[in-house]
Amino acid sequence: MATLSVTSAPQSAAAGLRNDLIAAAVIAVVGAIGYFVFPDDLAFLIRVIGLAFLVISLDLVTGYCGVATLGHAALFGVGAYAAGNVCLAGVTDPILMLLTGVIAGTATGLMSGLLVTRFRGLPQLVLSIAFGQLVAALANKLSSITGGSDGLAGIAPGPVFGVFNFDMFGRTGYIFSVIVLLVTMVTLLRFSRSPFALMCRAIKDDTLRARMIGVAVYPRLVVMYCVAGAVAGLGGALTAINTGVVGLDSVGFERSAEALIMLILGGAGNLWGALIGAILFELFHHYVSAASPFHWMILIGLLLIVVVLFFPKGLVNEVTRRIGDLRQRRAAR
Amino acid sequence: MPAARLEVERLAAGYGSVGILSDISFAVPAGGRLTLLGRNGVGKTTLLATLMGLTTHKGGTVRIGDRDVTGLKTFARAAAGFGYVPQTRDIFRSLTVEENLFTGLKGRPRTELDEVYAMFPRLAERRNHGGMQLSGGEQQMLSLARTLLGKPQVLLLDEPLEGLAPVICDQLMETIVKLARSGEMTVVLVEQQIERALDFAADVMVIERGRIVWSGQAPQLRADRELVDTLLGVGIG
Repeated sequence: MATLSVTSAPQSAAAGLRNDLIAAAVIAVVGAIGYFVFPDDLAFLIRVIGLAFLVISLDLVTGYCGVATLGHAALFGVGAYAAGNVCLAGVTDPILMLLTGVIAGTATGLMSGLLVTRFRGLPQLVLSIAFGQLVAALANKLSSITGGSDGLAGIAPGPVFGVFNFDMFGRTGYIFSVIVLLVTMVTLLRFSRSPFALMCRAIKDDTLRARMIGVAVYPRLVVMYCVAGAVAGLGGALTAINTGVVGLDSVGFERSAEALIMLILGGAGNLWGALIGAILFELFHHYVSAASPFHWMILIGLLLIVVVLFFPKGLVNEVTRRIGDLRQRRAAR
Repeated sequence: MPAARLEVERLAAGYGSVGILSDISFAVPAGGRLTLLGRNGVGKTTLLATLMGLTTHKGGTVRIGDRDVTGLKTFARAAAGFGYVPQTRDIFRSLTVEENLFTGLKGRPRTELDEVYAMFPRLAERRNHGGMQLSGGEQQMLSLARTLLGKPQVLLLDEPLEGLAPVICDQLMETIVKLARSGEMTVVLVEQQIERALDFAADVMVIERGRIVWSGQAPQLRADRELVDTLLGVGIG
């Protein structure tokens, strides 16, 4: 569990590097467990990883900057559509497709961020919903590039590095996804310790105080939105590569709302919280909806109420805090 | 950045349509020390907030050195050389002591932290504690330390000693006096503890209902108890 305390650990470079290595190892090991223990559920696990990018991206703006948004799926969906389109246009290299998703996500993040971070509180929330609905409506109308309500189908990415073909069991897709997640996560963990991210957390704590120490708040939030857009776009592109289809649901309001639930569940303001929240929510969804197809929404609602009541800061933050308390008590003894 | 001269001319300000300060003019030379005195609610805090651009400007100018900062927003004023330690001693609650200090660095290397740790050893001991776990005195030290890291040319202190234990007041005041005497920054202090305030400053300004009603040298005011009584309604203890 040592890796879970990265955000509050001492900030020396050596400790940072050690934390990065532990993080990479944890993701690799958990990824391997997924691969060998659930070989028949790789498609499901791939979907979870794709969504995890969306939740991690949401964490960057909501958890780190305190921006309230219910339109975050737009960033994810545009990345997915962009990657799908370049593939259909003949650019089938998966890495280039990911890159396209990142660029499209960043551009969408820029537009969204310019609009949404101008305000705070309710106006901000309403604007984020409006932006999300606008993108969703466009995705529906522009059927020539999105396939409309039928979805964008027939995306057939080429082999990774020209060698590893995507197979029907999802083995290549899964390993590819885990590696992309690992690289992204380690990069973002480093980023989250940077002065820039620290200042974003300061802005979230107290915007006025941040201004008083000379921080230009708006440009920082917009930049953070672009970073979040890149991460969400990457997840969208990854999902498009793996599933071969992009549907309207990938930009929908429901996807945005679910991502927020996953983030609250795991713990906002902590990248591990975002990742674990996405995994737990999807696992719960997967197993509960299989066991009880008609009542799973009720159970999800109950789960959320329990989590918010007993772990108001999210599961990961709460567990980390308790471990910290325990350590302190032991040290005091 | 070395200390800079602070010059305020015919400044008027308030909140929204309500005017609070009017016709405020004064200057503090580079490296100078000015204390603002006055009863509660006369506009001392508003004056500091106005210098930081946190109120509604209604007229007049503010200059740091040769630079007119009147039209600048709060963040730009901070970047232009103001360092402000507000009364509320707000710190970033979710950040640790060390992270709070990092935010004050303004891009300078992290090793600069050693300087303030030497100044406030207590903060070094608590560097990994969350902002919320600090006592009032420690929070005030942190707020001051973070501002000092930004190497302000003009430091604005709003009742830094309020609500602190006397022994902490002594320590904190000693640090502030040392800083001010070093001439590295120009200091404007708002303080209710008149004796300490007069010890600190070379120049004193008394504010009453948003206007300057008296200004002069600290010893002058100290010598004239009657004047103190009239202006501030309290005797020197």
